[in-house]
This record gives sequence, structure tokens and C-alpha cells, in this order.
Amino acid sequence: MIPEFGHYALVLALCIALIQGVLPLVGAHFGRREFLVLARPAAQTLFMLLAIAFGTLAWSFYANDFSVLYVAEHSNSQLPVIYRIGAVWGGHEGSLLLWIFLLSTWTILVAQLSQSLDEFMVARVIGVLGLVSSGLILFVLTTSNPFERLLPAAQDGRSLNPLLQDPGLVFHPPMLYMGYVGFSVAFAFAIASLLSGRLDAAWARWSRPWTTAAWVFLTLGIALGSWWAYYELGWGGWWFWDPVENASFIPWLVGTALLHSLAVTEKRGGFKSWTVLLAITAFSLSLLGTFLVRSGVLTSVHAFATDPRRGIFILIFLSLVVGSSLTLYAWRAPKNTLGGKFSLSSRETFILLGNVFLVVSAGSVLLGTLYPLLIDALHLGKISVGPPYFNSVFVPIMIPLLVLMGIGPWANWKNTDLLVVIKRLWSAGLVAVIAGATIPLVMGQFTWLAGLGFLLAFWVMASGCLQIARQIKLGKPARSFVGMQVAHLGIAIFVIGVTMVGAYQEEKDVRMFTGDTVSVGGYQIQLQGIQTVPGPNYEAIRGAFLLSKNGAPQATLYPEKRSYFSSTMPMTEAAIHVSLTRDIYVSLGEELADKAWAVRVYYKPFVDWIWGGCLLMALGGILAMTDKRYRNRLKRVAA
Amino acid sequence: MKAKFLIPLLLFVVLVAFLAIGLNRDPHEVPSPLINKPAPAFDIPQLEQANKTFSPESMKGQVWILNVWASWCVACREEHPVLVEFANSGQAPLIGLDYKDQRADALSMLSKQGNPYRLSGFDANGRVGIDYGVYGVPETYVIDKAGIIRFKQIGPVTREILNQTIYPLLTELKKS
Repeated sequence: MIPEFGHYALVLALCIALIQGVLPLVGAHFGRREFLVLARPAAQTLFMLLAIAFGTLAWSFYANDFSVLYVAEHSNSQLPVIYRIGAVWGGHEGSLLLWIFLLSTWTILVAQLSQSLDEFMVARVIGVLGLVSSGLILFVLTTSNPFERLLPAAQDGRSLNPLLQDPGLVFHPPMLYMGYVGFSVAFAFAIASLLSGRLDAAWARWSRPWTTAAWVFLTLGIALGSWWAYYELGWGGWWFWDPVENASFIPWLVGTALLHSLAVTEKRGGFKSWTVLLAITAFSLSLLGTFLVRSGVLTSVHAFATDPRRGIFILIFLSLVVGSSLTLYAWRAPKNTLGGKFSLSSRETFILLGNVFLVVSAGSVLLGTLYPLLIDALHLGKISVGPPYFNSVFVPIMIPLLVLMGIGPWANWKNTDLLVVIKRLWSAGLVAVIAGATIPLVMGQFTWLAGLGFLLAFWVMASGCLQIARQIKLGKPARSFVGMQVAHLGIAIFVIGVTMVGAYQEEKDVRMFTGDTVSVGGYQIQLQGIQTVPGPNYEAIRGAFLLSKNGAPQATLYPEKRSYFSSTMPMTEAAIHVSLTRDIYVSLGEELADKAWAVRVYYKPFVDWIWGGCLLMALGGILAMTDKRYRNRLKRVAA
Repeated sequence: MKAKFLIPLLLFVVLVAFLAIGLNRDPHEVPSPLINKPAPAFDIPQLEQANKTFSPESMKGQVWILNVWASWCVACREEHPVLVEFANSGQAPLIGLDYKDQRADALSMLSKQGNPYRLSGFDANGRVGIDYGVYGVPETYVIDKAGIIRFKQIGPVTREILNQTIYPLLTELKKS
């Protein structure tokens, strides 16, 4: 019975979403208050219904109800409870339900926290979100129903893909989706303001913290995914330029551009059309990402089962949402007045340049991701685009962006004297050059790319330190200023990590007998023994490796090779010894003849700085969105 | 309406057109590099009679079809009736390659669903499959009199493929 409740709740949710999507928009257009007031209650009801639907699906997983097809396909009675819950979004149907549930969560947050906002605006925003929700609920109900029954019930489930049986699954998708879906709020604000014809600073001030919140989630989600791939896949990499990774990274790049552009619109009333276009684009790219991932038009390590009906539905949905938004944009955006004038050397110019670089980089990643599809559609052959393309196109665009990051925050709005900026910044430049020249030498080998990486990272950091010192002299800095500095520092930390790993990592693939030692990055790793150990739903072959430096033992590492009972594919669990300045990564390969084992070891200097940098970016975002001017507004709401 | 504001919309329309075409293409379908190349040689035990072996060498001078299958493969079961029909037509000998399978399971499947194969090679560890670039089961190869692969079908053979591609190809190859 319980799954039917969920199904029924979902059907009701469709009706409510249609009400939420249509009536408030009609009411706002014709000035009919009785329709306007429906927006909030509709959003609340929708949230409740979706919570019920999501809750019942989670319950079916918890209770091992294998008469539900989706549960039988993705869970198993031996699966630990935590992964049974994670398995709710371990497959296509459940992850879409999560998508919709999170969309509704964002909607209700907007509805509750925007009490002081103009009634018409709120109604339109909630209405737009309602339309998006109804399209997606219809998609789930017609092509991807997670409540479909399997009669007679399966004895036991097929179990979750072993790759996904990891804490990463529990956190990564919800985070990522919160980010993806969160851009819908900025999108809804943009559409609402286009509809009302009131594109002003107030609109930007309202959508800015929401955009930042979505961006924070997306940053954390991508970072978690990257970290998960690093320790779980056993390949030792942290980013693979896989289509599905790119699908989340492209909206991130555009979202970052949007954050900065919103700042100009809020403070100076400028870039209005551009900001609106970015808000539409960021969410459209999130939808496009969903399409790419869920339709199977691209091959990816995230190999999802595909059903042609799903691809067609999402494509139609995508066309309707994005097509109508861009039509509205083409119709309404030209009516915008220009914002305040600014000179060629001003903060506006620097932000605009930064925006251009971010959008161009997003475009080039998108092109690389879609290129195999474009070429195939033109019948020019089957190709795949890999890291060489992305690295050689993406990295050069980031160089000027990092240079700008050091300068932009120094410039004043409207007009700034570049000579003054240069005078203030020369010491930061000096620090950067020294760092770029010496750090590679300290690390043992000078390469131009490494030198450039350190130069840029220290340039951003030194410039940030100077800004903070100056701001403190002028009085207590605002929280949003600190947020910006922390986020930029995060970028610098990230760049250091990437540069270090790129230039100085060591990798060895060796054949080892018990007692053998391999040395990497100044460390010795000795294979002490191999044994078989049981797990809850797998059996593992576990190696014991003694890690030592100059003869002094530091730790014992236990990489595993697991055979899950439900799957024929063996899984590698790498063992990683983490420290601030390096990771030692040991991964157990195949058993070779004569009891020898293939072993792969990596020395990865500063690799954790990559994710540390992402955490700092997210922290910066949190600080910025909780700045006094946004908190005050919330206090007014509460009062 | 100023023209420049229409640019995003136009770009999007082009993108959707490509995505729509992309939906109808299968990214997994990669043209085989083995087309017009000699079929890789092998010599492996037969499925039914483990003491005998099979080698493509023995088929020289005939146009024949090699079908990679397994009892664990669901799509093979879908394809099976079509293969039985093909075998009954007597157009060309059909040789199976039982890929990464258990002998008992494979034999039980053939006894239940009928055996379209003149014989099957038993590729227990998938060694032959690697030489043939098998990455999904079923796969089907049309091999000519000189032992050259002329056609490869990835995924189940359907009646349309038989009628539109394989039968005409067989007729043509048999003439030469």
C-alpha cells in the first residue's frame, strides 16, 4: 500500500504544481489578487506532497520492499541501511524524484523568506518555479515512475552498483542537485522581472544571495564528486573531463559569472540584460546537463540505462523552458535602460572581462562535451574528445582570469586610476614572481607551467592580503568583503594544488612480492602481506603496506580489492595516507603469477589543496550570502 | 525587438536541432576496425563436444556467419528466434561463439530454445572475444570465402537487419 500512497501523492503533486504554475502568473498579469494569494499555499502543499512521495520511496528502500521495481533494481537485503537510503537516488527514477523534491524545497524557502518582497514579484517567481516543477513531475510520472510495482515481488534485490556503495553516494548527488536546482531560483527571478518589465537593482539584490547559495552547493557537490572519484575509482585522478562531470562544471562556470554580474547590477544598475541572460543560461545549462546525463546521447563513465522516450521528453521540456525564456528575453530585454556609465578602467570593466573569460571557458567546455554528438549528427564519424583538448583550451583561458582576479577588486566602481592600482599592487607582483621562480626549484624541477601556476596563485593571494590589510585600516571589513577574499583565496589554494599535482606527482606501477619495497616521492612502501577479509556484502582481498620515510615507519596502509556478492566486477578500494602537503595512494591490482601482485602507488603532493580550495570557495560564498544587508532583510521578515 | 537579443535564442535552436539528431544516434555504436580485415584466427574447444575444437580456418571457401552469444545475455534470448529462423533458411552456416559462459547453462539454453548453430565454440575466458573486439553481447559477423569480415552487427540481429542487410550481402558474397 505504502508505495501507492507515494504514487498518489505524486499525481496530486502534478495537479498542485499546475495550479502553482498557472494561477499566480495569470493573477499577476491581470492584477487579480484572488489568484495571487494562491502562490504560497500551493508551494507549501506541493512541498508536503513531494515530501510524502520521497519519504514513501525512502521507506520502501528501508523496509526492503522488493515488490517495487525500482527498489528491487537498486537495493538488496544485505545492503547496509545507510546505502539503502543512498540508493533512493542511486538510479534514474529516484534521482529525478530527488531533483523535483529539492526544487520544491527551494521554492518553499523562497516563499517563506520573501515576505517583504512585492506580492506580484513573489507570485511570478513561485509561478515560474511551479511550471518547471509540473514539467518535471509529468516526466517522472510518464516515463520514470519510481513506484512501479514488480509482481510477483522479487525474492531479493539486484543490489546497488558497488561503485556507488560509498559515503560519497549519500552526499554527492543531493549537494550537486541542490546546486543545479538552486539556479532555478535565479532563473525564476529573472523571468519574473522580465515579465513585469521591472529589471532593477532590487531584483538583483533579491536574487543575489539565492544565486550564491546555489553556487555554494554546486561547488561543494562538484568537489565531493571529484574527491569521490579520486579515492573510489582507483585511478588516482581528480578530474576526468567526463561528459557528466562537465555537465555540472559548465553551469558552475556560468553561475560564477552570474554572481559577479549580479554584483554590478545590484551596486550600479548596470549589465541588466547580460545578468538576466546569464541567469537564464545557468539554469538552462543545468537542464541541458540533466538531458545529457539522462538521455544517454553521450558515452560516459556514468553509464546510465537509457530509454529513448526519456530523451525525447527532456528535449521537448528543455526546448519549451529555454526556448520560451529566450523568446521572452529577446522581446523584453531591449526595453532595459542602461545602468550607470563607467569608464574603461573601472571595476565594471574588470568584472565584464572576467565574465567574458568565464563564459568563453564554459562555451569551450560545452563545445568539447557536445563535439562527438555534433560530428556524429553531421555524419562525419565517431570521435571522442578527451583531456588533451580540455586542458589545452581551458587552462589558457584561466590565466588571464587569474590575472584579473588580482586587479579587479582594487578598482573602484565607475572610474579608477590604474596608476594608483599599479602602485598598490607592485609588491604583490614581486611576491608572485619570486614564488613562481623559487617554488619549482624547491620542488626539485623547474617547468614553465609550474612556475606560471605558482606565480598566478601567489599573485591572487598576495593581492588579497594587501586588500585585507588596507580594508582593516579603513575599519572593520564587511562580511561580504571577507567572503569574496576567502573565495578568491580558495581559488589560489586550488591552483596551487592543481599545479603541484600536475608537475610533481609520481606514479609507479610495479609487480610486488611480499617483502618487496617500492619508493616514491622519498617514501618507501613495503608489501607486508595479503589476506582475505569478509565484509557485510562482499569479500575483500586486503594488502598490508608499511609506509616509511628514511627508515622511520609512518603508517600501515590497507588497500582492498572487493568482490561483491551481487556483482561480477571486482572493486578497488585504494588506501590513501593523507597529509597537508602530500597524499600517498596505494591501489591493489591483479594477482599475477607466483603470488606476485600488481600494485600501483602514487605520490601526490598538495593534492588535498584542490578540495581544500573548493571548501574555501564555498565558505566564501556562505560568508557573502549572510552579509548584514541580507540578514537585516530576514530580520524584517521575522519581525 | 532588436536583432542582437535574438542571438541566444537562435544559438539555442541550433543546439536543440543537434540534440534531436543526437538522440537518434547511438554513441556506443562504433564502426569496427575489423571490417574488410581477415577474421582473427583461433582454435578453441567446441561447446557440445569439448574434445573437438573449432577454428575459422575450417570455414575457408564458404560464406558464413559468426554469432557471439551467452546464456546470461538477455538480448541474446531476444535474438534467438530470429537466428533459428535464419538457420532454417539455410542461407549460410551459422557458427556460435559462446562467450564467457558456463557450459551447462549454455547447453540448457540451447536445448530449451532450439539450437540454430551448426556448432559453437566455447570461449570460456573471453580470449577470442578480445581479438574480435567484442564489447557487448550479442555481436554478429559476416565472413566471406577468403575469411575476410564483411559486416558486423552490434546488438541483436532483427528481421529487418536480416532482410535489408545480411541476405543481400550473403547473395553478393556467394557470387564472388
